[in-house]
Amino acid sequence: MKLNKFVIGGLLILGAVVFLIANATKDASQYFMTVDELKAEGPTMVDKNLRVSGAVIGDTIQYDPSTLTLTFEVAHVPAEDATLKDEGGLAEALHQATIDPSRSRMTVVYVGVKPDLLRNEAQAIVTGYVDADGVFHAEELLLKCPTRYEEAVPEQAG
Amino acid sequence: MIANLGFGILLVTFFVTVYSAVTAAASNPKGLARLLGSIPSPRAKRFADELEKMETPQRAASMAESARRAMLLTFPLLTITSLLLIYLLVNDHYEVQFVYEVTSRSMPTYLKITAWWGGQAGSLLFWSWLMSAFASLVTLRKWDRDREFLPWVIFVSCVTLAFFVGMTAFFENPFRVFYQTETGVEAHFFQPANSIPFTPEDGRGLNPLLRHPGMIIHPPLLYLGFVSYVIPFAFAIAALITGRTDDRWIRLTRRWSLWAWLFLTFGLVLGGRWAYDVLGWGGYWGWDPVEIAAFMPWLTGTAFLHSVMIQEKRGMLKHWNMLLIILTYDLVIFGTFLTRSGVLSSVHAFAQSAIGPLFFAYIAITLIVSVALVIYRWGELKSETEMNSLLSREALFLFNNLLFMSILVVCFWGVIYPLTSELFTGSKVTVGPAFYERANGPLFAGLMFLMGIAPLSAWGHSTVKTLGRAMWLPTVAAVLVTAAIFVTYTHNVYALIGFFLVAFVILITLYEYWRGSRARMKIHGENIFTAFWNLTARDRRRYGGYIVHISMMLMAIGILGIELFQMETQGTLEVGQQKSIGGYDVVYKDIARFTGPDGREVTRAVLSIYRGQEYLGDLHPRIDYYWDSQQSMTIPGQRATMKDDLYILLVNWEPAAATGATFKIYVNPLVNWLWMGSLLFLIGIIIAAWPDKDPERIAVRTEKRARQASAAD
Repeated sequence: MKLNKFVIGGLLILGAVVFLIANATKDASQYFMTVDELKAEGPTMVDKNLRVSGAVIGDTIQYDPSTLTLTFEVAHVPAEDATLKDEGGLAEALHQATIDPSRSRMTVVYVGVKPDLLRNEAQAIVTGYVDADGVFHAEELLLKCPTRYEEAVPEQAG
Repeated sequence: MIANLGFGILLVTFFVTVYSAVTAAASNPKGLARLLGSIPSPRAKRFADELEKMETPQRAASMAESARRAMLLTFPLLTITSLLLIYLLVNDHYEVQFVYEVTSRSMPTYLKITAWWGGQAGSLLFWSWLMSAFASLVTLRKWDRDREFLPWVIFVSCVTLAFFVGMTAFFENPFRVFYQTETGVEAHFFQPANSIPFTPEDGRGLNPLLRHPGMIIHPPLLYLGFVSYVIPFAFAIAALITGRTDDRWIRLTRRWSLWAWLFLTFGLVLGGRWAYDVLGWGGYWGWDPVEIAAFMPWLTGTAFLHSVMIQEKRGMLKHWNMLLIILTYDLVIFGTFLTRSGVLSSVHAFAQSAIGPLFFAYIAITLIVSVALVIYRWGELKSETEMNSLLSREALFLFNNLLFMSILVVCFWGVIYPLTSELFTGSKVTVGPAFYERANGPLFAGLMFLMGIAPLSAWGHSTVKTLGRAMWLPTVAAVLVTAAIFVTYTHNVYALIGFFLVAFVILITLYEYWRGSRARMKIHGENIFTAFWNLTARDRRRYGGYIVHISMMLMAIGILGIELFQMETQGTLEVGQQKSIGGYDVVYKDIARFTGPDGREVTRAVLSIYRGQEYLGDLHPRIDYYWDSQQSMTIPGQRATMKDDLYILLVNWEPAAATGATFKIYVNPLVNWLWMGSLLFLIGIIIAAWPDKDPERIAVRTEKRARQASAAD
């Protein structure tokens, strides 16, 4: 009898937690995709909550400070570690992506502060949705510059 | 040469830790034999018998003493190693890879020293150094009553230390030096054939984001917290191995867990403060995987802090406490790894390395062995009493533990969900901050509710009636406070629930204080201040804990404020133009670009703040551009009051174009309560954890008093 109270109480909490997790997962899920995968999925991904990573093309960065509208293109970068390794690491893969014109590209629009790390060959991780025209509207913009902090060996002295 | 010396000492330290661990284990063959004897194999049995015969008291004592001395040697050794590394950092020895990665000539000396923990290799060494200091502190105490624990505490500490020192020496060595070979520049420890030493002109410099006072003390505090948790874990394992499974190990490590918790909590708060001041996005916590990695041991540690009290007072939950401290230990190792490896894409991903598999292997092995020990001692860890009433103090503590574990599960789920979903559905799905907020919100509310009622409930048995009698007055007052907030401040339902719970907890806690003080005033004829003082002094853990509860509520006010009421606006202004937000008028006055002290280029704007006609002062948001690392940093201009923070970011300014400067302006209501709360937290926890003159005797006395109290119930 005594035990039952606690078992019921525990089960109630457990049920509540499972419900909370399931509910929050359903509402807050983001699909993590590469540019290629997104292009392949086509219109089925329109308006879904997405997280896409790609290499920033430096020449395409446009920023209008009066409306805080930032536009740039990202090129496809493979997501798997193994493929990245084959291409010579993340820094090299990002470099390849920006100079290879045959890579699929995607236009990103972001309204807000222009991040300090946004530059050519940076890895952009954007969160937001794709509209029917294939333009990505980013609500969040994360940038990584692997060249700066991962390349442990300095350039040869001249 | 300095680098070679450093590496050599590091190697010696590694062998010393291994020696100490092995000798400590071997000094207690009976303990080992008993463990081996439980393995159902004839060979293990025979070996166990052999071991049993080996033990003589003199031999055991001398071996344990040898292990202890070896362990004490690790602290000076690691101190020398660390000093050598600091020497290299401060004196611009860029031929050393680590120095090259984290410092540059333009950095001031104090930053060169703190660059010690700015990179992975250095921070592993820092971890080891702290660990050796703590382990030495523990082995220096008087051991007369707990002689049998000593070898196993040394064993666990030294195994942990050996793992970290080994990792530093063999995989992440901060003393590797550059050599020019035919194929390019490589970092090695020993000079490769056909190569010449190579010294870069200048280092790459510490990431500018890390050049902030908050970043200088945040990692050490977090690491202090992490490392302190190894000690209670070591005692728990010692208790399991020796079979002394009463609550002795908990009493011995009570202060350690409190200090560990203090450092960890304050480390987390400082990390938030750093993000708020430096990252320039108007927030302090982003549910980043690295933040969660540091948060998870805090959750289990907090649960542990509460549940050990049930074991001390009622002799229950013994298995649970063991499992909690084991989990905390492994989450600490996991947190160290995650915060330093950069395996997850996050703002913290500064370093990358191949030490991941080793960390996971170590975590898996320690987890399996420790849990196996708990199962081996399962029968001896039985509860001495039964839980009867759902509203008793111990039941409420149990619910508190369940809630902490639930939050842990939510966090863990959020971190591993991308991996599992990829495994089962093929598409990689992640969850953002909204997931954590939604799933954890109700759980935090539940914890706050428990924080309110638990102090009023009695050990053993409570009913709705007794609880209701104790809490109706503060509850009515909390309802009135909430009604006042409804009329004057907000109609947001979540905010009202939150503020009600905050008022509920604070009022009940103050009421408890007042009732206690009044009782003393009546019985001892003391005035209100003496009564208050003596009340706290008599049961510091309890009343220090109450102060911690209040401080948590103050922090909750700040979190509710910034999460639910943050306002923001942005725009481009010409000199003389103004923008208004949340009752503030911000006038753009001036901007200038100049070269700062360490070679950075500073762009600094001047804005005047008015409220109506009243002039409140100037703010100076700025952008620092670091040439050495080609990275810029956005430093906000802040005006902090208890009501709200005005937080202005300079977004963009082009000297050539006549378009004006772009600003982003936030009003963050109540966020200062968060930082104020953390200061009160410090006071509370110091009251609770301050060493007693004679901890042993007082521990016994409180135990007696508790027994009488529960008997009276």
